[in-house]
Order: sequence, then C-alpha cells, then structure tokens
Amino acid sequence: MSSSPENLTVKVEFSGGLELLFSNKRTHTITLPAHTPSTSTTPTTIRDLVIYLCDELMRDPRRDLFVLDGTVRPGILVLINDADWELEGEDAYEVKNGDSILFVSTLHGG
Amino acid sequence: MAPKPCALCTVNPAAIVRPKDRSALCKPCFFNVFETEIHHTITSTNLFARGERIAIGASGGKDSTVLASVLKTLNERYDYGVELILLSIDEGIKGYRDDSLETVKRNAKEYGMELTILGYKELYGWTMDQVVEQVGKKGNCTYCGVFRRQALDRGAAKLGVKHVVTGHNADDVAETVLMNLLRGDLPRLSRTTSIVTSTPSSVASSSPTDPASHTNIKRSKPLKYAYEKEIVLYALHKNLTYFSTECIYSPEAFRGSARALIKNLERVRPSAILDVVRSGEDMAKLCPGSDEGCGGACGSSTSAIPMAEEEEGGCGSSNGRNAGSEMANMDRQLAQNEAAVENELEVEITFHGRDGTQQKIKKQPKKIKGQAAASVPRKAVTKQVMGKCKKCGYLSSQEVCKACTLLEGLNKNRPKNHIEVGYDAEPENHVRDLAGQVKGLEVGSG
Repeated sequence: MSSSPENLTVKVEFSGGLELLFSNKRTHTITLPAHTPSTSTTPTTIRDLVIYLCDELMRDPRRDLFVLDGTVRPGILVLINDADWELEGEDAYEVKNGDSILFVSTLHGG
Repeated sequence: MAPKPCALCTVNPAAIVRPKDRSALCKPCFFNVFETEIHHTITSTNLFARGERIAIGASGGKDSTVLASVLKTLNERYDYGVELILLSIDEGIKGYRDDSLETVKRNAKEYGMELTILGYKELYGWTMDQVVEQVGKKGNCTYCGVFRRQALDRGAAKLGVKHVVTGHNADDVAETVLMNLLRGDLPRLSRTTSIVTSTPSSVASSSPTDPASHTNIKRSKPLKYAYEKEIVLYALHKNLTYFSTECIYSPEAFRGSARALIKNLERVRPSAILDVVRSGEDMAKLCPGSDEGCGGACGSSTSAIPMAEEEEGGCGSSNGRNAGSEMANMDRQLAQNEAAVENELEVEITFHGRDGTQQKIKKQPKKIKGQAAASVPRKAVTKQVMGKCKKCGYLSSQEVCKACTLLEGLNKNRPKNHIEVGYDAEPENHVRDLAGQVKGLEVGSG
C-alpha cells in the first residue's frame, strides 16, 4: 500500500444530493491519520472520518446537513465497501486502508 | 472478520440490513424480497385491473424511478396486463426541473415507456420561475403544490388515463401521519394513509363518460409500505439513475421537523416507520370523516375510496399551507364531524329512556380547566358538496378552485408592461418599474 502505516487512504463518495456539500464532487480520495487523535493508538473510526470530512473537505457551512450530534445525520445511508454500515458496527467501524465509503442522502425529494 | 451471510440464501455475504425486521440480506435476495413485497401490496389491494392504462407520476427522483423500474419488472413477471406510461410535470424551474426531466427521458427510453411532459406554463400560463418573480420566495410552494396536484390529473385526463401511481413511500406516509397528528387533523388521516385516493366524479358530473374528464382519476401509492432506505438501496445496487437535488426555491423544505423526527426514530427503532403507518391506518378507521375503514385494503367501489385532497401542501410537505387553506380545512373538518354524527360514529350516543323518550348523551371533549377548550365554535356548517370549479371544471368544494383563485391573484398583478410607469400601481411597483427602466428597459415575463 502506498500510504504509510500512520496514514490511511480511502475512497469517499457522496450521493443523493450530499455531493452539493462537498464542492459538487462525487468521489474524493482522501488520506487521513490511522489513529485519532493522531498521536494516540486509538484506531480511526467512521465517526472520526466524518468529523475529518467536515473539517477538511466540506466547503459548505451547512455542516448539520451531514452531521448531527457527532455522527452521521439520520436519513443518510452509509455503505462500507458496498455493505450497509449496520453490518459493520455503524460509526464505530474502524477504517481500513483502501476502504471505499459511500454516503447517500435519502432526504432529498423523489 | 468474516462477512455475515445472507439470512435467506445463507450463501452470499449480506449487504443490506432491512429496516423493518433488521434481517441481513444479500443483494439478489434483497431485490427479490423488495419486489415481492410490492407485488403483494398490489395484489392484496387489487390495485391494478388487467387492461388498465396507468400513468406513473415521474419526477426523475429516486422514488418514481424505482417505482417505474419495479412496476415494469412486476408487470412482466406476474403478467398484470397493464400498460405503463410516464407522466412528468414541468414546473418551469430552471436548473432544477430541466435536469431531472433529462433523467426521466433517459428512463423512458430505458424502460420503453411512453413519456408525456406537461408544463405549468402550458397549463396555467405561468412557470414557477415567473410565479416566484411575482410573489417572492415566501408562499411560492403553495402555488407549486396546488398546481402540481391538478397538473397530474389534467395530464392523466389528456392521456385518457384513469389511474395515476405516485412514488410516495412509507417514510412519506409516516411523516404525513405525524404531521396530521401534530396538527390535530385526524379526519385527514384516512386520505393520507389510504393506498388509493380518487378525485371522485363530482355530484353534478355532467359527462361521466367523457374520457377527458379529470374529475375521476384514481391515485395510488404502490410503494406505501416500502422504506425510503430500501428504495435508495434498490436504486443504488441496481444502478438506476435518478436525479437528486433540492428544489432551488425550498432549500429548507427537506428539513421539515416531521421528517427529522421520523429519521431520528428510524435510527433508534427502524420498525417505527411502518408502525406509524399502521397506527395511522388504524386511527383513520376510528376517525369521524373516515371514508373507509380498511386502509384501502378492501372495496373497489368508488364510494369506498377516500377523496384526494384538493389542496395538498407544496413539497417538503411541511410548508406551503397558508392561512386560507387552514381555514378551508377547518371548515371541512367541521363538516366531516357533522357527517360523523349522521353516521353515528361516536360523538353522540342515543338511547331510549324508560318512559320512551329519546335521551341523548353528548360526548363532549374533556374541558381543560381555565382554558377555552371549546372556544373553537362547533358551528353548524353546510355539508361539503364537491362540485366543479366554475372556471376550469376541476373538482372543488368551492365555487372557484384553489388553482384558479391563485391564478386570478397572479394575473391581476401581472405587470402588463415594464416600460409603462403604472399610474394606478402600488408604490413598490413604481419602484420596480423604475428599477426595470434603469436596467435598460428589460421586457419582463413574457
């Protein structure tokens, strides 16, 4: 793997209207610390990833359309490597190098 | 950690957790279960009749895209023998509807379905962009909602179609149930929870055989029991292309509190959504004004089908109701309570006393101390008679339907000509006209 053990490289995808919050770009490849906080030995989870995305990637001030009460806003589906995050422990899932994580909003009109 | 196997086939790795029972399924099993449940909804409610021509209200969004795809699949698999066509309404919102209509066109080609696009401009002489230019961004959703409701019926009538299906899902229904509950509007529950509503032929239906009549169009929601989550996952895993963006005029609409409440509940207890839908159905049965007692599960006669709302709110369901419609709703509610008395649905208990005289016990709402609990006067209201709008012929309880009333207001204030400084115009019109002149005599909404 290209990234050092200190860092994780993951593919993050936004859909269902969420891409509007992230510079209208659907797919992002991001590198983030493998531990959160980076000096600790605590593995980075989806919860950490979401905060990282808000702080580092989101250009839109409407953070609460993505995160509510420190986790992914209800109504947004999360797929980890194409599987429902509920199968993986939801936001406690420890992010692995090379993971593909998709956030889909169901909140937009049909 | 080895991936969890599918609860049904036990072979493939699970990819989806179903909200209704938290079972973990693989993609093929999920597709099958999802489609089969919709098939069950359709057959158990006798929703379709062989030979029927059915218009799918298509917006290009996830719900109508999945609806079109699933209905095509089921029609072929189970041989319903229905003809499916797509009907889209173009509100005339640049940068919003333009793009989603492209999605609908693509779907039409992909599914081999005939597509009709009907515009507000064509129907009412106004695009939503022009309406907003005139009325501003407050209350514009009311116009859009009223216009859209009629537009689908008019479109269906134009196509000679008697049945329109829409993509309303379980989350939508649960949201509406909660909103009616929070508004204290139980009589409406029957119509919002029923799988079938109709724009009934008016009492004075002059031409019941007129194929172009838009007063007898059946509306149904085959996805009524389908979770929004599953609809999105179905679209995603089936690689269906749908369009998702918020209407540019109601960026806040999707943050409606009822919606947020539903989604929060789902996170804690996923079955809550269907439970709310079922509770809504059960409450509807008990409500005065309930037109039917089965949630649409029985009875195919028109009389057993609840009436469609004339004035359903705009998108996002939470906004777009103005004070006028609240009043009309209140009147309607009172009228329905009257009707309930006649039907001896609670409200009043009549029994014969020993001396043969009739005694009545009125059930009163419990008085709340110190509060004018009965301050809403239960005045006698003339029974609601559904007639036709004298202007356009659309079903209406008023002389002039809501759309025509709104249009009248719009047309009255439509600036005839920007250049001419209106001598009888309102002060702000002067300002606007002058501003128009300053901008180089732009010719306005033409």
